[in-house]
Amino acid sequence: MNNTTKMLITLGFIGIVAGGSLSFVNNWATPLIAANQKAETERAIFLVQPEAKSYERIDNLPFEAYKVFDENKTFVGYSLPYEGNGFQGKIRLMVGLSTDLNNIIAMEVLDQIETPGLGTKILEEPFKDQFKNLNSSSPIEWVKGSPPSKDNEIQAITGATISSKAIVAIINNGIEGLKKAELKGEEK
Amino acid sequence: MKKQVTLLKEYTKGLWEINPVFKQVLGMCPTLAVTVSAINGIAMALATTFVLVLSSLIISIIRKLIPPQVRIASYIVIIATFVTIADLVMKAQFPELSKSLGPFIPLIVVNCLILGRAEAFASKNTPVRALFDSLGNGTGFLIVLFIIGSIREILGSGTILGFHIMPLTFEPWLIMILPAGAFLTLGLLMGLANFYVDHKKNKERESIIEKFRSSKQLPTIETEA
Repeated sequence: MNNTTKMLITLGFIGIVAGGSLSFVNNWATPLIAANQKAETERAIFLVQPEAKSYERIDNLPFEAYKVFDENKTFVGYSLPYEGNGFQGKIRLMVGLSTDLNNIIAMEVLDQIETPGLGTKILEEPFKDQFKNLNSSSPIEWVKGSPPSKDNEIQAITGATISSKAIVAIINNGIEGLKKAELKGEEK
Repeated sequence: MKKQVTLLKEYTKGLWEINPVFKQVLGMCPTLAVTVSAINGIAMALATTFVLVLSSLIISIIRKLIPPQVRIASYIVIIATFVTIADLVMKAQFPELSKSLGPFIPLIVVNCLILGRAEAFASKNTPVRALFDSLGNGTGFLIVLFIIGSIREILGSGTILGFHIMPLTFEPWLIMILPAGAFLTLGLLMGLANFYVDHKKNKERESIIEKFRSSKQLPTIETEA
């Protein structure tokens, strides 16, 4: 047996064994990973909709969105996961919206890699709580340095203006997309 | 014939003598990047140890069957297989941890510590020795990552393994959880380790000189007397 065939056989054999064992592990892990992701999404959906007890994914949308229902199965609002660019990378957040999409119920940040200590203040209560009961009939806006005066304004974090602006932009984009899709559906 | 050392020595040398971080200076990327907290350091080191031990073992078992021309390719395939297994298992069982370690688990494939041990040790020694060697290196890596992670977590967030230990008036040093903190901690620790080694060497040298002097003096004293 010459050297080339020996090399081919060795690499081929290692490749087959590696591929075989990986497909075995993958088969075991895939359902568990999917379950983890589902549990995480569910937790986030209910986080921004305190009254919600069950949810349903809206079909025919180019992005994820959920309708949520309370214990009597009445429709109480939307949960909208949406993502966009932050200061250093993707920010992914979940917005809870009222049934007419004109009120934000709550906002939670799911994923972010902002600067620790500055950008990460978007995870803290003082910033997040500003979004509670915010009027979203027109795009929300941000102000700097002074407390918000209108009901669709939030105050940007000092030292983390870009992160704050990013959050506002992501929410506005998400709501706009959902409004377009949902209102079109109603007109039909 | 190579000098045979005891199995225990194969293990303990990884802890200090050829410590992966302080002495071999391998695996710097995870050492610097994931050690923002002690638990991250432990998880990263355990995942690395898992890959290191199993791939060293397999490589050592089949070391005589691999043609030398394709050995690196074979090692990489074996290492990548175990890394993918570790990644999938962590995603399935510890989703939180896997999230905080992010891309650094898949990146174990290119951790030079593992390929370094495979090339330098596992490919030349019996499986039992390779097992002890990789376990020792893994433990050494774990200890250092835990120390760096703890220091950065205590100073950077005032906690250790998630428990608050610093007084409430303590203002966390943000720089410690930023990349700069990793370099500062690692640099100081490495300096400390080298200082200790130098100090020990000097002492040894002095004691030898002392011994030599006293042995020289003895005969002179005798002749004088």
